[in-house]
Amino acid sequence: MGSGRGTAMMTSSSFFRDRLIPIGTILLAIIIAWYIAAYRMNAPFQIDQNERSNVTVTQSEFLAQTMSQPKPTMPAPHQVATTLWKDTFGVKLTSNRSLVYHAGVTLSSTLLGFLMGTVLGILIAVGIVHVPALDKSFLPWIIASQTIPMLAVAPMIIVILAAVNVTGILPKALISTYLSFFPVAVGMVKGLRSPEVMHLDLMRIYHASKWQTFWKLRAPSSVPFFFTSIKVAVAASLVGAIVGELPTGAVAGIGSKLLAGSYYSQTIDVFAALIAGSVVAILLVVLVDIMGRFVNARMGGKPV
Amino acid sequence: MPTGRGGRLDVNSPVIQARSLSLTFATNDGPVHALSNINLDINEGEFVSLIGPSGCGKTTLLRVIADLEQPTGGSLSVNGMTPDEARQKRAYGYVFQQAALFPWRTIAANVGLPLEVMGLGSAEVARRVSENITLVNLAGFEKKYPWQLSGGMQQRASIARALSVEPAMLLMDEPFGALDEIVRDHLNVQLLKLWAKTKKTIVFVTHSIPEAVYLSTKIVVMSPRPGKIHEIINCDLGAERPLEIRETPEFLLIAQQVRDGLRAGHSYDD
Repeated sequence: MGSGRGTAMMTSSSFFRDRLIPIGTILLAIIIAWYIAAYRMNAPFQIDQNERSNVTVTQSEFLAQTMSQPKPTMPAPHQVATTLWKDTFGVKLTSNRSLVYHAGVTLSSTLLGFLMGTVLGILIAVGIVHVPALDKSFLPWIIASQTIPMLAVAPMIIVILAAVNVTGILPKALISTYLSFFPVAVGMVKGLRSPEVMHLDLMRIYHASKWQTFWKLRAPSSVPFFFTSIKVAVAASLVGAIVGELPTGAVAGIGSKLLAGSYYSQTIDVFAALIAGSVVAILLVVLVDIMGRFVNARMGGKPV
Repeated sequence: MPTGRGGRLDVNSPVIQARSLSLTFATNDGPVHALSNINLDINEGEFVSLIGPSGCGKTTLLRVIADLEQPTGGSLSVNGMTPDEARQKRAYGYVFQQAALFPWRTIAANVGLPLEVMGLGSAEVARRVSENITLVNLAGFEKKYPWQLSGGMQQRASIARALSVEPAMLLMDEPFGALDEIVRDHLNVQLLKLWAKTKKTIVFVTHSIPEAVYLSTKIVVMSPRPGKIHEIINCDLGAERPLEIRETPEFLLIAQQVRDGLRAGHSYDD
């Protein structure tokens, strides 16, 4: 890549230079560290194994052995990649092995929970901004709600809801809601309070109603805060959905893959599922980001 | 006394009448007397400047007139109503030092904002928007967003927005204070033309002596701690005011009077 002075050169190479190289460098470092860790962590078992079966191997053969155990302590990156590829593209979408199928199950409760959490968060923020009593009483409770360890509460929620015959997607979605309403509520309180004093004074001079001030000033002012909040919220929703799948003995979803994998020491499967979950999270965050940029452009904002 | 200019002003009753008006803010460091014993009449069609050093209460006085602050003593009537009633009747157009346009609205949508709030029909909104955008010479920029315009153009858009309400009076709080000298001169000329055309009552806050003398029919010199009116100076320079008028002896005399007033009001500070 040339350090071109021309604008055209700059734009053509900027994605490569500004994104791919820094991100790629970190990725490379992670993979190298990962390989070293895999070797170090799998070596004791392999030594033990080789002593028992009385085989002597060369250094390079030993290295290969640590990288190809069926149930390694730490699977090597290429093992995870192979499984990830096979379980994503190599099997039918309806198959129980398909990561796409499991990701889809998790995604559906993620999105439902995210949607409910966003609506709840906005309603709470609107309440806090407009009702002084709520402003004083609500926020401490909302913050307290997030200090409860979700991993401990999730099974209770699932069990209690099952007792009243609420099963399926909804209990998982509710855990997502619980995690995602918080960033939305906090961000939107800030966003709805972001209009400048001058703008609020103007609305007063125009004798605007509270409703008009909300729709014409507060809501549009809060849009950038909204997208920042839901970016956090959508990732939290995914975590919520996965956590929600753990205690249920759920048959499908990224969470159930993780659980089943750890039961049977299928570490490769566990890592593959983890990465599948991360990919879903990244896709969701990128999608929200694109939506944010689109809305910003529609609202006449300066291109960022 | 109504101050005549070109025979336009004669027996007008005051539109703004302040009697022993005062406003005290309670702060942690004790009360701050922002306004004390303000007595002022502003007649219809007058161009009144409030001038004084920082902290003299000129902006506060403007905000009290606009019902953005509540006085703690005395009385204030606007067209025979309380400021609150006048505000509800949309008697005010208000222009801040910053243009304060909504960044997500185009220039046309910004100018139309108060009209939407008033609930006017879209045909009427469109008519008034285009009329006022033309009035401030921004025709052709209707579809631009504020960040695409210069500071002076943004401020003109905010004046168009204030005028679109067709208010009885225009309240301007250092509207050109953030602009450079050349743009400021240009907008001063335009503002005078606008005033001649619309015959609005204008109350104008400034710290610039030449600006006050150039624009006004009446200059209210204020002094700080407590904020009060030090002197009211009539400024009868006639209706025709080319920029060169600022070099004439009459102009300089009034400017000197204002400067003396400001110095006298401030003397205890030295």
